[in-house]
Amino acid sequence: MMDFSAFLDQIWIARFVILKGLGITISISALSIVAGSLLGVLVGLSLVYGNRVLRLVVRAYTDFIRGTPVLVLVLASYYVLSTIGIELGPFQAGVLALAIFCSSHVGEIVRGGLQAIPKGQTEAAKAIGLTFGQTFAYVLWPQALRQFLPAWVNTAAEMVKASTLLSVIGVAELLLRTQEIISRNFMSLQFYFFAGLLYFVINYGIERFGKYVERKTAVPS
Amino acid sequence: MGYTLNFAAVWRSFDQLLEGLALSLGLAFISILIGAVIGLLVAFALIAKSSWVQRPAAAYVTIIRNLPILVLVLFAYFALPQMGVRLGKIESFVAVLSIYSGAYLAEVFRAGLLSIPKGLTEAGLAIGLTPLQIRVSIIAPLMFRNVLPSLSSTVISLFKDTSLAAAIAVPELTFEARKINVETFRVIETWIVASGLYVATCSVLAALMRVAERRLAVPR
Repeated sequence: MMDFSAFLDQIWIARFVILKGLGITISISALSIVAGSLLGVLVGLSLVYGNRVLRLVVRAYTDFIRGTPVLVLVLASYYVLSTIGIELGPFQAGVLALAIFCSSHVGEIVRGGLQAIPKGQTEAAKAIGLTFGQTFAYVLWPQALRQFLPAWVNTAAEMVKASTLLSVIGVAELLLRTQEIISRNFMSLQFYFFAGLLYFVINYGIERFGKYVERKTAVPS
Repeated sequence: MGYTLNFAAVWRSFDQLLEGLALSLGLAFISILIGAVIGLLVAFALIAKSSWVQRPAAAYVTIIRNLPILVLVLFAYFALPQMGVRLGKIESFVAVLSIYSGAYLAEVFRAGLLSIPKGLTEAGLAIGLTPLQIRVSIIAPLMFRNVLPSLSSTVISLFKDTSLAAAIAVPELTFEARKINVETFRVIETWIVASGLYVATCSVLAALMRVAERRLAVPR
């Protein structure tokens, strides 16, 4: 197995490059998940509780984002923002695009979770004299959270996968680093495989965690 | 800022965008068709009792679903030639998207298969059909009709994934948009029109799926 030891050598040589790329991939994912989720909760709340105008605007926003491929969002964010005078580097522009993408997904999940709760619960809460804020905080939100946590964890895995798209605009995350390494040692088969393995491990971990959360949050029957 | 919207340059290249969109739709159509065949076979394997059949199918679905599609696209186009498998851009992308959609569709179909009552299989056996005949002429058609509502979002997201073909220079919509962007510098207009085309296509696809859903719904 000459080849395999040569491959291990190459990994050892490139270890810091790979680790740096992995670090960037994780920061892209984490930032876009956090920002996207915060925005997404607002989106979801507006879709459920907003007045007609707000609902219409937010619905148009989510439909537009969900109808556009993430790669197009990333490219558009990168090229358009600099044209209108907002100077963002590729990293910031990419994270912004992913966060927007994430927000539309989280928004739908939050909306679905809240709307799955039977009307009777809100009525019951009103009947015992809770204000809307109290109803939301003590009755609706905890149940909705339970509903959407598993789906939300899956969105996190989606974001890790989508982070690879930032390689197209030159963000040195794991995939772009891998391409750089391959352009030096021409071991495309081995290194794409290795990158795939790393992504698989991260996403599989998230998936298992999602299953765990699903078990934990399932309403006992 | 001094940027004024001027769509003239983009309209001049609108044909290019439409050709790109046609290629995107073609890629999606062929890949989803092949993916549906893979998905159906894998879905039957997923609910098989024998673990020799079930395990590899489950591994395929888990592995593909946890990999970024861009890695698969680049792997197929740049790494497979090292193993002597040389495919053109379009062929390698269709191969990847088919395998990728196979895994996602398998999950959708599996849920559909599980919702088919056991009684139908037993009825088929009782009138003397072979297990294969039962699957082909009873279970699969019913399953398709049942899963149409959840199929819609998968199909749309697979259509959007054709944009990744731009990464290996397949001249589909995203690639054309990027080219026009660089050639004309009408940045905002180009991306508004390109994403508008994607959004419109997705809504048309969703509407078509809703019609199919209504026409083909299993009467209760």
